[in-house]
Amino acid sequence: MDNKLINEYDLVVLGGGPAGLAAAVAAKENGARVMLIEREENLGGILKQCIHDGFGLVLFKERLTGTQYAERFLKKFYDLGIEHMTNAFLNSVQRLPEGGFEFVIQSAKGMVGLKSKTLVLACGCRERSARQVFIHGERPAGVFTAGTAQYLVNIMGQMPTKKCVILGSGDIGLIMARRLSLEGAQVEGVYEIQKSPAGLARNVSQCLDDFDIPLHLNSTVSKVFGQKRLEGVEVCKVDENYKPIKGSERFIECDALIVSVGLLPENEVAQSLGVEIDPATKGPYVDQELMTDIPGVFACGNALHVNDLVDYVSQSGHLAGQAAARYASGDENRIKVEYNSEDFLYVVPQYFDKNKEGEITLYWRSKADHRGKKVAIEVDGRAEKSKKYMRLLPSEMQSLTCTVKADVGQISLKMLDG
Amino acid sequence: MEMVCIVCPNGCLLDIEGSGDDIKVKGALCPKGIEFAKTELQDPRRALTTTVATVFGDMPRLPVRTADEIPKADLLDAMKKIKTLTVKERLHEGDSVCEDFFGTRLIATADMTRQNINL
Repeated sequence: MDNKLINEYDLVVLGGGPAGLAAAVAAKENGARVMLIEREENLGGILKQCIHDGFGLVLFKERLTGTQYAERFLKKFYDLGIEHMTNAFLNSVQRLPEGGFEFVIQSAKGMVGLKSKTLVLACGCRERSARQVFIHGERPAGVFTAGTAQYLVNIMGQMPTKKCVILGSGDIGLIMARRLSLEGAQVEGVYEIQKSPAGLARNVSQCLDDFDIPLHLNSTVSKVFGQKRLEGVEVCKVDENYKPIKGSERFIECDALIVSVGLLPENEVAQSLGVEIDPATKGPYVDQELMTDIPGVFACGNALHVNDLVDYVSQSGHLAGQAAARYASGDENRIKVEYNSEDFLYVVPQYFDKNKEGEITLYWRSKADHRGKKVAIEVDGRAEKSKKYMRLLPSEMQSLTCTVKADVGQISLKMLDG
Repeated sequence: MEMVCIVCPNGCLLDIEGSGDDIKVKGALCPKGIEFAKTELQDPRRALTTTVATVFGDMPRLPVRTADEIPKADLLDAMKKIKTLTVKERLHEGDSVCEDFFGTRLIATADMTRQNINL
């Protein structure tokens, strides 16, 4: 086993999905020597199985499918001749005392050692599984996350069900309801524990209404039945505390339960390095150039916080790649971006580095449904940017941008009555 | 009547009064919403995105889309037609899979030449 550390890079990008591709392209365009590591066989991340359209409206002003969107970045990536390894797993990463990082990577060619000055975490997110939402009953085959069902149908061309129930109304669940219907499966209904759908309104319309699939709000799947294969599920209504309402139970015969109950940023590598994680986003704390609290480690895309649109994932990858490429260690001089946790679920970035004065874009979600509110970025008590919102929903990410000078004392995001 | 505009992720809730060509649309953030409401009432159309079988083991399905939107009522017939197709050569994104497909073309939305076949 040849484990000599001979390869030195400016950046190692971990993950070859939309965030990692954008980061690698931006860094390479800024003259950095880049190595991208991807665990799967092909680059593109989850976009490979996102055959539906609606991607790219923000960045390209076009309605692309996920695969077409990926193609734009893949073309750039290959044209720039960026070094990469696929079918490669990160075994370990360590900080070097003199600065920089040392990696051991398991690839099809054996163990590979690398060194780099910076690390860009673009590991994306993972689906919450049925085990994480406490469904009672047996453990039969036939319980899939929406992403797994999507992989089986779109990549493998295999149908996982003839008749199914979908738990959770996140966008992937809605997209899969349409996809399975088009492929001839019967989708009995979508069950959502909240009082409003978790996915975009247009997906409720074009994925459920178009196919006459009922959406049951304030409802959940309470039990699964079946020894080898799923034979049915029990659904019920829930009260305002999400507790099942007695007597509302109903049995549905089906051979699959598709679970679309949220995504969690993937930060195992970040945590192994000791990067501090924000409990609100479940991603690392970062400054406006997406550097974490460990100098030289950057985080972007869904590993940082779960985004609604891939366009924002690419934008954050681009920002992190650019920043990592010109990263030079210096004194940190950060202030925290303040917000009231009664008004906002979270705000990203959490820090502003005063050494890098200029534009800052805050991405945020409101804590509750609101109509006619105004949201403002206040710099030293003065509103530098404000916008009125007809409607604010926790499920829809918003952003505001303003310019901040190096002598700033306080930055805060405020929610005000319109 | 109310309908949700599906043109972009904003998903504007449109409030429509009147019928035929003579309708008033409220709630659209852009002119595309008004256009959508008119088409949706008279001739609803959807883009179809799906996959077509291929003869290649490393990529058994090719993602495809209709180049333009097709009548919503034709979606299930279009899926039946899809099941009769097989891709036998490695295509690039944008290449035609079927030239005459419900009034438009069926095109590849992914590249088939970059699969990492050799590990």
